[in-house]
Amino acid sequence: MAAYRNTPGFQRVLHAVKHVCFSKQRCGVIICRYSTVYDPNEKTFDKILIANRGEIACRVIKTCKKMGIKTVAVHSDVDSSAVHVKVADEAVCVGPAPTSKSYLNMDAIMNAIKQTGAQAVHPGYGFLSENKEFAKRLAAEGVTFIGPDTHAIQAMGDKIESKLIAKAAKVNTIPGFDGVVKDAEEAVKIAGEIGYPVMIKASAGGGGKGMRIAWNDEETREGFRFSSQEALSSFGDDRLLIEKFIDNPRHIEIQVLADKHGDALWLNERECSIQRRNQKVVEEAPSTFLDPDTRRAMGEQAVSLANAVKYSSAGTVEFLVDSKKNFYFLEMNTRLQVEHPITECITGLDLVQQMIRIAKGYKLQHKQSDIPINGWAVESRVYAEDPYKSFGLPSIGRLSQYQEPLDLPNVRVDSGIQEGSDISIYYDPMISKLVTYGKTREEALKKMEDALDNYVIRGVTHNIPLLREIIVHPRFVSGDISTKFLPEVYPDGFKGHMLTAGERRELLATAAALYVAAQLRSQKFLGDLRVSVVPAESRQWELCVELDKGVHMLGVSRSGNNYTVEIDGEKVEVSGEWNLASALLPITINGKHRTLQCLLRTAAGEISLQYLGTSFKLRVLSNLAASLSKHMPEKVPEDTSSILRSPMPGSVVAVSVKPGDNVAEGQEICVIEAMKMQNSMTAAKTAKVKSVHCKAGDTVGEGDLLVELE
Amino acid sequence: MATYTLMRSSLGILHGLKCSFKSVGQIPYAGVLTQSKVLQNARCYSVSHLSVQERIEKKRKAALTGGGQLRIAAQHKRGKLTARERLELLLDPDSFVEYDMFVEHRCSDFGMEADHNKYPGDSVVTGQGRINGRLVYVFSQDFTVFGGSLSGAHAQKVCKIMDQAMMVGAPVIGLNDSGGARIQEGVESLAGYADIFLRNVMASGVVPQISLIMGPCAGGAVYSPALTDFTFMVKDTSYLFITGPDVVKSVTNEDVTQEELGGAKTHTTVSGVAHRAFENDIDALLNLRDFFNFLPLSNKDPAPVTECHDPRDRLVPGLDTIVPLESTKAYDMLDIVHGIVDEREFFEIMPNYAKNIVVGFARMNGRTVGIVGNQPKVASGCLDINSSVKGARFVRFCDAFNIPIITFVDVPGFLPGTAQEYGGIIRHGAKLLYAFAEATVPKITVITRKAYGGAYDVMSSKHLRGDVNYAWPSAEVAVMGAKGAVQIIFRGKENQAEAEAEYVEKFANPFPAAVRGFVDDIIQPSTTRKRICRDLEVLASKKQTNPWKKHANIPL
Repeated sequence: MAAYRNTPGFQRVLHAVKHVCFSKQRCGVIICRYSTVYDPNEKTFDKILIANRGEIACRVIKTCKKMGIKTVAVHSDVDSSAVHVKVADEAVCVGPAPTSKSYLNMDAIMNAIKQTGAQAVHPGYGFLSENKEFAKRLAAEGVTFIGPDTHAIQAMGDKIESKLIAKAAKVNTIPGFDGVVKDAEEAVKIAGEIGYPVMIKASAGGGGKGMRIAWNDEETREGFRFSSQEALSSFGDDRLLIEKFIDNPRHIEIQVLADKHGDALWLNERECSIQRRNQKVVEEAPSTFLDPDTRRAMGEQAVSLANAVKYSSAGTVEFLVDSKKNFYFLEMNTRLQVEHPITECITGLDLVQQMIRIAKGYKLQHKQSDIPINGWAVESRVYAEDPYKSFGLPSIGRLSQYQEPLDLPNVRVDSGIQEGSDISIYYDPMISKLVTYGKTREEALKKMEDALDNYVIRGVTHNIPLLREIIVHPRFVSGDISTKFLPEVYPDGFKGHMLTAGERRELLATAAALYVAAQLRSQKFLGDLRVSVVPAESRQWELCVELDKGVHMLGVSRSGNNYTVEIDGEKVEVSGEWNLASALLPITINGKHRTLQCLLRTAAGEISLQYLGTSFKLRVLSNLAASLSKHMPEKVPEDTSSILRSPMPGSVVAVSVKPGDNVAEGQEICVIEAMKMQNSMTAAKTAKVKSVHCKAGDTVGEGDLLVELE
Repeated sequence: MATYTLMRSSLGILHGLKCSFKSVGQIPYAGVLTQSKVLQNARCYSVSHLSVQERIEKKRKAALTGGGQLRIAAQHKRGKLTARERLELLLDPDSFVEYDMFVEHRCSDFGMEADHNKYPGDSVVTGQGRINGRLVYVFSQDFTVFGGSLSGAHAQKVCKIMDQAMMVGAPVIGLNDSGGARIQEGVESLAGYADIFLRNVMASGVVPQISLIMGPCAGGAVYSPALTDFTFMVKDTSYLFITGPDVVKSVTNEDVTQEELGGAKTHTTVSGVAHRAFENDIDALLNLRDFFNFLPLSNKDPAPVTECHDPRDRLVPGLDTIVPLESTKAYDMLDIVHGIVDEREFFEIMPNYAKNIVVGFARMNGRTVGIVGNQPKVASGCLDINSSVKGARFVRFCDAFNIPIITFVDVPGFLPGTAQEYGGIIRHGAKLLYAFAEATVPKITVITRKAYGGAYDVMSSKHLRGDVNYAWPSAEVAVMGAKGAVQIIFRGKENQAEAEAEYVEKFANPFPAAVRGFVDDIIQPSTTRKRICRDLEVLASKKQTNPWKKHANIPL
């Protein structure tokens, strides 16, 4: 049926309509000033194909436009109306939704290159960015790969080989087993030799996928199984390796930039210690932890590694840094990193432009002494995921409302989606990278607070509550972080913002004022003479507001847009525009400016407000309704210990039980794969399996019933 | 009426009512009541040594306590509020003006004439009040007085406010909580029902009538809500049925609980009798206040316009990508509705019944509109018996009360099959066609994707006097989908794929309809809100009349 849309008739209609929306199209506006000069006389390429999707494709296109290069987007069929397709000059469909059939489909991408005559390919990150086969095929066709040589990709792409090379280049490395692990039993043996804890990871991997930490033999066996499965599904290569796991380390990486003439630079570090499940959440540049000497030592080792593999293009050398500032080589990523914008902010370089120049064979424009650290940049990765479930389980949905905080100065948002976009199970659930910049770290963090408060995302669950908490946490603010930050700070899982008494009053007062503003508006009928006029101005409201099972009696009085709310003898002054249609609720509470968001407002008095990042459910009732509430019957919620529901949308990989089986508490019941991560679902209690509602291969939605226990 | 008199003769109406009533009320009201201290206090005295003023006060006090504290406590224990508490929540503070507080029942049989069996106001509270400043007539049945059973006096009180509501042009809201007929009064009670039914029918299309079922409503009593425009229910505490589970068991030998037979879930998902259900009394009454704001006061009043903060020319970029490129893929019509209407606020009617059509109220630039949309997510958005009837009734309400209708079309046709044909899809589908055709309010139609076959005609097409008909670029107005059409046109032709491509090129786009003027424009989806708001302003002064007739003859 897709054929319908490819007919000239439809294309005509689409085209007629397209030019209207294209002119308005934004693709992650870059506010951060580049000091880079785009020299129009420095000829690079006429046309570049971007073998990627989402924000990174948009990011690359952005720079191409500045350099006067035509762009070609590739897309899967579900992405045919995605932002990266719209902003590119040309677009080619390379297959159906699953990445293995589209964005990883080399044949189709090679065809797209031929079809469009692109002279070079920018691979972005992920997908084919570190695939040596792809780079080889491009070279064979005479197409430039915007990245390092095949040799460097191969050397650094394999974790075992890269470690050997690093050792030889006098780069500090972690003790571990330099070889491929054959099976779970060998893994246990090796782990014993290195000493626990150990890390099992995919040889071909990156990005935390196919990675497990084991503290004992049992976990090693389990980790081996999971990692090899994940490695196979993510990279098509199930080889694993094991190394010593450095407890409590920081993850600090050095950005390098090297040309094809043997020159290399280090562009300072990025602190990426805030992670969950080995995936980065908040990054900053520079790091609060490094002194100039350590920075230089790390930078120089990074450059010597780059030189050792004759590296060209942008690359990143990742280090683990322990509390004594000893650093160990982790891996080298031979591509543009997700978090490159923060380096761009503090150095003023446009890394994509540099990569394109270098690929064309130009020499580096800068010397090491030209590389500054100007100010401070922080990046928050905004994901479509539920932060209340293991710091983030993927969620999917349609962005019913979406508004980036681009009105604020010094805010950069790299995104590849827009209002109406679908976050699907096929791809990474990242919504955007929110970058703020300031002269000082304090300024950048303050800006980040504002940016997160002003970021409107509706339709999918997102991790702004977690991001907003991290950036104001005293440990984070003081720079006392490690890769264990999240599990240490939230040992029982993330629970959202904990309100202080003062904040609680502010929240209650805002809800009450919003309620009254809405009530008053619902009495305003325009041009209707049959409405009896109640003088509202002088009225006092006695309200009862529920929040987290706490009940508060409030007195509200109003003068214009200013409300005085009395809570437990304390007065709170709230004023604002009270625009009930706007997603943002900018108000002044006791003289302080705050931006809240109204997520829900029902006729029955339910109000959900996003306040300090976290969404709070309140219920505002008149005193009369509240006093009668005690008569309302209690609705019994369903007993959740005996039912297992899918915590996220995904597909069922394996079901380990059948009806009638006895399961122990914590025993694995089934495995759900979502966004390329395998998640083991376990029994909440010891019981007999009553019924199984899923089978391997099923696609399940969030909240779908998987298994019932007796 | 015929329906319930068809019950087995041995049971009879009274018996039927009694049974159903018995099964819902735990307190034995039927027959002679036993005396109790509380009742004595609450009762009124016809003793003459008190002054008139004192007697007025005593009666008023008695009326306010209804059936007395014990029964009020019992009512609360069931999770229900009293008749007066409900009115207090429903109406603006201090706006209620009560009528007939002194009316008492006139029954003199079975000991009913005794003083202790007389309650001032009897088993219903009536009057008028305001909801957000706008006039409304209300009656609220009092379960604490004889189980809210309907006496002649009760009916008379209800009729009085209905008559006045029609005279002044204001809606009537009934809060139903009644065990049924007042059996002691016999035929007088039946006459009372009929008096109310008659007024329901007379008021139909004159003033909006809303029923909120907040307790039992059984037997003949159910026909009053059924005649009103909207019936809402309270989950777990309200029931609507012709005969209760006991009678069902004795007649058809079916075992069924009250909840299964006539609870909120049954009527909002299976039978389509109720339009929506709410969690509890408070939730229901607060929602009813909200709902009331959408309605005009009478058929002489325009659809209300409230203050609106949502810009009338707001673009909705998300709509440009909402219709999937594959025409077989579903999307949620509610996403379109929420995107377009003011503040994403949509009061859906029958959200859980015949889900292949979406109907409900919203506002455009502050003005109430009725929304009708095919729902591609459910049964591909086809029209079937239930969705046609659901749509038709809604369209007729809007037309009767000057509410402009906005229709979103993505319909692959009528649902085929024996179940539909035997069920009378021809007869029922005609209702929706009829409703759209006769409507004279402003009608704006947006074809988002498929508009196939007869269903295209039905869905407020240009041919049925649509005022403004738009197509999105993804629209396909055709007799049928490409595959089916090609099999007929090119039967036996070898290259079916080529033929299909030709058909698609010709018909699977908005041009054939646009070149003939069957759609007025092909619009960018993101501009839909802007266009509709502008059109509604233009159409506000629309005047169109149908030929004189005694009444039309809709295929029922």
